[in-house]
Amino acid sequence: MRIECPLCGSRDRREFYYSGHASALERPDPDSSAEVWDDYLHNRDNPAGLTEDLWHHEMGCSAWLVVQRDTVSHAVLAVRLAKGDQL
Amino acid sequence: MRVSGKGLIDRNTVLNFKFNGQPFQGFSGDTLASALLANDQRLVARSFKYHRPRGIMTAGSEEPNALVTVQRGKSQEPNTRATVQRLYEGLVAQPQNAWPSLKFDALGVNDLLSPFLVAGFYYKTFMWPRAFWERVYEPFIRHAAGLGALAEAYDHDLYEKAFAHCDVLIIGAGPSGLMAALTVARSGLDVILADENDRLGGRLLSEVEEVAGVAGHMWVDDALAELVGFANVRIMTNTTVTGAYDQGTYGALERVGHHLDMVPEGLPLESFWRITAKRAILCSGALERQIAFPDNDRPGIMTASGMRSYLNCYGVSPGQKIAVFGNNSDAHRTARDFAEAGVEVVAMIDSREGTSTQVDYPTYAGAEVVATSGRLGLKSISIRHNGGLKTIECDALGVSGGWNPSVHLTCHMNGRPVWDPSLASFLPKEDAIPGLVVAGAASGVMTTAGALAQGCQMAQSVAKDLGKRLMPSDLPHAEDRPYEIEPFWDVGGKGRAWLDFQNDVTTKDVKQAVQENFRSVEHMKRYTTQGMATDQGKNSNITALAVLADATGRGIPETGTTTFRPPYVPVAMAALGAGGQGKGFAPERFLTSDRATRALRAPMIEAGLWYRPSYFPKDGETHWRQSCDREVAMVRTAVGLCDVSTLGKIDIQGPDAVAFLDLLYTNSFASLKVGRVRYGLMLREDGHVMDDGTCARLSNSHYLMTTTTAAAGQVMRHMDFVHQALRPDLDVSFTSVTEHWAQFAVAGPQARALLNGILDRKISDKTMPYMGCGAVQLGGIEARLFRISFSGEHAYELAVPARYGDSLFRLLLAQAEALGGGPYGIEALNVLRLEKGFITHAEIHGRITAFDIGMGRMISDKKDCIGKSMAARSGLNGPERDQLVGLRPVGAVKKIIPGAHLFEPDAAPIRKNDQGYVTSMCYSPTAETVIAQAFLRDGRNRMGQAVKMVDHLSGVTTLCEVCNPVFFDPEGGRLRG
Ligand SMILES: [Zn+2]
Repeated sequence: MRIECPLCGSRDRREFYYSGHASALERPDPDSSAEVWDDYLHNRDNPAGLTEDLWHHEMGCSAWLVVQRDTVSHAVLAVRLAKGDQL
Repeated sequence: MRVSGKGLIDRNTVLNFKFNGQPFQGFSGDTLASALLANDQRLVARSFKYHRPRGIMTAGSEEPNALVTVQRGKSQEPNTRATVQRLYEGLVAQPQNAWPSLKFDALGVNDLLSPFLVAGFYYKTFMWPRAFWERVYEPFIRHAAGLGALAEAYDHDLYEKAFAHCDVLIIGAGPSGLMAALTVARSGLDVILADENDRLGGRLLSEVEEVAGVAGHMWVDDALAELVGFANVRIMTNTTVTGAYDQGTYGALERVGHHLDMVPEGLPLESFWRITAKRAILCSGALERQIAFPDNDRPGIMTASGMRSYLNCYGVSPGQKIAVFGNNSDAHRTARDFAEAGVEVVAMIDSREGTSTQVDYPTYAGAEVVATSGRLGLKSISIRHNGGLKTIECDALGVSGGWNPSVHLTCHMNGRPVWDPSLASFLPKEDAIPGLVVAGAASGVMTTAGALAQGCQMAQSVAKDLGKRLMPSDLPHAEDRPYEIEPFWDVGGKGRAWLDFQNDVTTKDVKQAVQENFRSVEHMKRYTTQGMATDQGKNSNITALAVLADATGRGIPETGTTTFRPPYVPVAMAALGAGGQGKGFAPERFLTSDRATRALRAPMIEAGLWYRPSYFPKDGETHWRQSCDREVAMVRTAVGLCDVSTLGKIDIQGPDAVAFLDLLYTNSFASLKVGRVRYGLMLREDGHVMDDGTCARLSNSHYLMTTTTAAAGQVMRHMDFVHQALRPDLDVSFTSVTEHWAQFAVAGPQARALLNGILDRKISDKTMPYMGCGAVQLGGIEARLFRISFSGEHAYELAVPARYGDSLFRLLLAQAEALGGGPYGIEALNVLRLEKGFITHAEIHGRITAFDIGMGRMISDKKDCIGKSMAARSGLNGPERDQLVGLRPVGAVKKIIPGAHLFEPDAAPIRKNDQGYVTSMCYSPTAETVIAQAFLRDGRNRMGQAVKMVDHLSGVTTLCEVCNPVFFDPEGGRLRG
């Protein structure tokens, strides 16, 4: 598998650290209910098809990336910097 | 026997080799298989299950029968296919599955037992009684299952792994592959052309038909001459592409040293490649399949195309009297070539009605082979023709049931091949592998002219995809006779007809599977083991599923195929794991003090990837505890020196650095003054402790964080996440500087005296108070000093740029020794921290909260931090929690064992009475007793109570008193002194 890092270019997946669904970017307000926090931390969909997940280019530029891919075909459809979602 | 005037071998270079202990001779250019056939060595192996005599069946990597063990020095390599093993001077090979000898095989009795050894035999027979599974059945199966043996010695052969990148990977260098390579190469794109043989050309080397008016192999030579002239072309011979993976990644096995008698020092035997290609063109050709007829496995019976390869490529005839049996036009080439080479062709048997030939040998149309004879080698065949039976004497029979395009790689990402009734074969599904196209016989184009044209056409479309415009290129003229076939799979009849030669699966087994209702192709495969041997049924799967389709009354497309999975050919584990042995298993990180430390005879211990000294033995010390106890006392009474550079160090700068730290740490850093250090606690977002460490404020917007050795990488990744993914608005930058600084702990009552002996400006309690930090100079070098302690003593950590680490360590060592001190290792470091009640990752093991370690109040209520919300959850903050306590033994037994569990003194030591567990222990020379840290249910309310430690593994039970985990200087006066 290869991921196109927006900063470094196409790289082998061994350079990346995988960290689950991109919903981790939506950190709840500190005062949110336990249910909201529980959902944020623990509950994940397991879609057959399109998904967005987080990868850390740990052996490269250290960027956290949002990778859009298809869990059925393994196609990597788009990659963007996680930073961009938050600015 | 050799046939004069034929073959691409060098008859002037004679090579000596040994097979089965017997000396033979072959020529340069031979494979082991062709040389054996040239020496009329028809019997080369015994089959796996029935130990049937077997001969060479093919001339390629799909060979099911001729597996041999090649001996090279002390090592031996089993399951080598004689058909791909290049002959070299002095080669030594042994047959497999034969005991005690190839000609007399004791387990040949299995063949007589064959009525009992049919499909499902293992499942049915080895069921009962249960007690027999391990004692009787398994040893029996293991002894009988003789697919080669490994040398039990260490494998000294070198294996390598390698990586390559290209624009276009071309897999296979037959006519379509070579034409594709020429076309792409001319466009300037980077090309890798990989072929599993050491000589490129594919079928062009085995056929007599001309290309561009010259012999096929000569056209190949011309093509190669042009290809090697391109700087953008890399030709990889002996390289089998074994798998297709996501995003244009391909696995490939290069056999580097197999064709050499002595592999030169440093040259690997095999190299496993990961090739990344923007596009790939699969030109893998096709493999010829067999027809099932009774006793079709005798030595001397082979594929018709393999037979032709031996004649045209190696100048070898596998027999004196040749017969050919086929259902297609291609089979006739074999009879024709042998007749034209002057070898006697006794019969051309074609299952199709009305076929004829112009060449002068007996031809039987609408006929079929119904029986064969010859125990150790073919003697005669019986054919049915015009309603009668006829016996024909022959010692070699070429069989062609048609060609199966090698679609394997197109199935590696779940693509299912598509049945083509006119070719009676499966063809690759289009776009089954993103970026890969198929050309030539692999895509069902069976003529040379067609393969050349399609190779060129696919290359042009791929080049266009990659933005290159190509000039139209001329195609060489080549044969274009249509390939005609009428499906014919199974002659039928009473005797056993083999499908999978390697796993000894017959048509009867498939039919029995159907009778027992294993009707799906995947069930049939598992029940009969069809296609499950090392050749993965390359020339038998399609025939087997045709027999299955017939037995179930379904068509072949409805029956479908089993799944082809990587690797395409067997790959040695040693090649896949190349580089992972010995020093290659894991990187090693060494301290700058490593050399000086080893010179002091300190045994080194791994801490993550780091190597740290356990202790520094002095003359006369025979046990590590003697050294450790001395080092602890040395720190408590004089001064000790320890390299602590393994701690993670992260340099943090920027106007928002403090806001960032406040988000990371539970406690506040806003109030930390420049020149001061603070202990910090970090949580994961789920409220559990991630790591702890110190953070120093070096200037207004410049901080230096330390992490534990174990968590340095995890903390860095976490900080990247918090900054980039949660708060990119914070103006802060950080980077790991762990390896930039060599850092030494100087601990003990004499610590300041030691430092003042070497620093350019002396320090005092006023200029460097407890938890102070600042820049210092020694010998004109800029250094950093932190007054922090992990031992409970008056202590400092002194950091210099790593290049000065070695000399600073030696300087500190000399100074310490002058003050009655010396170095200490991590055994003493552990004792010192346990005496003082400090925690490590033995305690911060991922399931504990700040509350559990008594630091609940370090979670500031004035600000948010990572993990704060979830740390407040119910269930994480009460008497139901296991809390950090100290333990000391109070009974006769003094042993405390980390990992052992705690119970009420009178409770049975069973799971439901569990009250906690021990995390760390040591003998404390200061307290003169064993001490320990543990997590105990509601532990902070149980001080002074007794608990029972039980270790079921070692059978130790110890009565302990629960106490404060700080055993030494609880007031902390020594830190500040
Ligand atoms: Zn990157």
